[in-house]
Amino acid sequence: MADEKKGCMTCGGGMCGGKGIITLKEGAWSNNPLAIQMLGICSALAVTSSLANSLVMGVALIFVCVGSNLFVSLLRAHTPPRIRMIAEVAIIATFVIIFDQILKAYFWEMSKQLGPYVALIITNCIVMGRAEAFALQNPPMLSIVDGFANGIGYAVVLAVIGIIRELFGTGSIMGLWEADWYVGNLIMVSAPGAFIVMGFVVALFNKLKGPDPEENK
Amino acid sequence: MDEPTTAIVIFFAAIFTNNMLLASFLGMCSFVACSVLISTALGLGTAVTLVLACTTAINYGIYHLILKADAVWLATDLGFLKFIVFIAVIAAFVQFVEMFVERFSPKLYFALGIFLPLITVNCAILGASLLLVINEYNLPQSVGFGFGAGIGWTLAIVLMAGLRQKMRYSDIPEPFKGVPIALMVTGVLAMAFIGFAGMVSI
Repeated sequence: MADEKKGCMTCGGGMCGGKGIITLKEGAWSNNPLAIQMLGICSALAVTSSLANSLVMGVALIFVCVGSNLFVSLLRAHTPPRIRMIAEVAIIATFVIIFDQILKAYFWEMSKQLGPYVALIITNCIVMGRAEAFALQNPPMLSIVDGFANGIGYAVVLAVIGIIRELFGTGSIMGLWEADWYVGNLIMVSAPGAFIVMGFVVALFNKLKGPDPEENK
Repeated sequence: MDEPTTAIVIFFAAIFTNNMLLASFLGMCSFVACSVLISTALGLGTAVTLVLACTTAINYGIYHLILKADAVWLATDLGFLKFIVFIAVIAAFVQFVEMFVERFSPKLYFALGIFLPLITVNCAILGASLLLVINEYNLPQSVGFGFGAGIGWTLAIVLMAGLRQKMRYSDIPEPFKGVPIALMVTGVLAMAFIGFAGMVSI
């Protein structure tokens, strides 16, 4: 295992580089945590009423996912299997607290708008899932890539839902562009809109992915 | 909040107008996975209600006795530790409930399977604890909120399970099968709950 680790730390292409790209593609697209695996939908529904919120949440998740994946991976040889869950939660919570404190210190308004949802990254199944399924078995560098890929996959879907909801709900996008003739559609920015848009986005992903023989829920 | 709302008002608001699931989107993961059968949904809902009502009270105590800036026991502001403390309390309590259910209702234990430990990472539980800190509830309000939120969550998941049982026989377009249609039905359900909006508010 030491050799494998060394080989990956000094990764200069070759098998490892290829694996990195595959990991990146899997996390961000073909195995997208949100739209394909349906993990972490709580926050995806809650914060997407505007694009700005979605982007901040995306960044938060990338940060937490990369950080926790790195540390879970670094500590994987020293974590007894029985307490690995607690160790993972502690690591994840630490990163969430760091991000929350940064947000509170520099972006107070945003922090208030996101409310409990930044803290709820702790219980976000994506972060926990990646730590459990990937970082525990893989070297640090690859784990960082995986965390980043899944974070990006989440952030992109979040941004898409955020754009749709803000555009159809208020007729503007982050104040950059505004249609003054548009009459706001409250349902899109409130709860039902979130569920319905999310349903359409997931259906779209299903359609693009094509029929999956394993899927028969 | 102009005047302090009573615990009973918060209790009903948490069930209907501020439904954990349909208005705050908390606990979606197990909601989607566990809403296929009414019996499972009811079992999980009961467990969640129990855990919610108890953990909100415990976390309220810990937050106000130890963590808060002007806490009763410690003068140091440990507020930033609340996430990690809350999740630890919840994990411990869930472990306790799991042993309890295993001992007294093995049938329910097997029906819930993996989802009982997953209550730990159910955002509804942690979310409720965080919301009561954000909303600055006092103890009766917190318990009312936790209990109401649990019942509201159970109501939503049981309704959804009933709908999904019916939906099994309907002709749904291929890409919408499974989760997407569940989400959309939830959307309609959420719309119906908006109808309660004028009833109570917190």
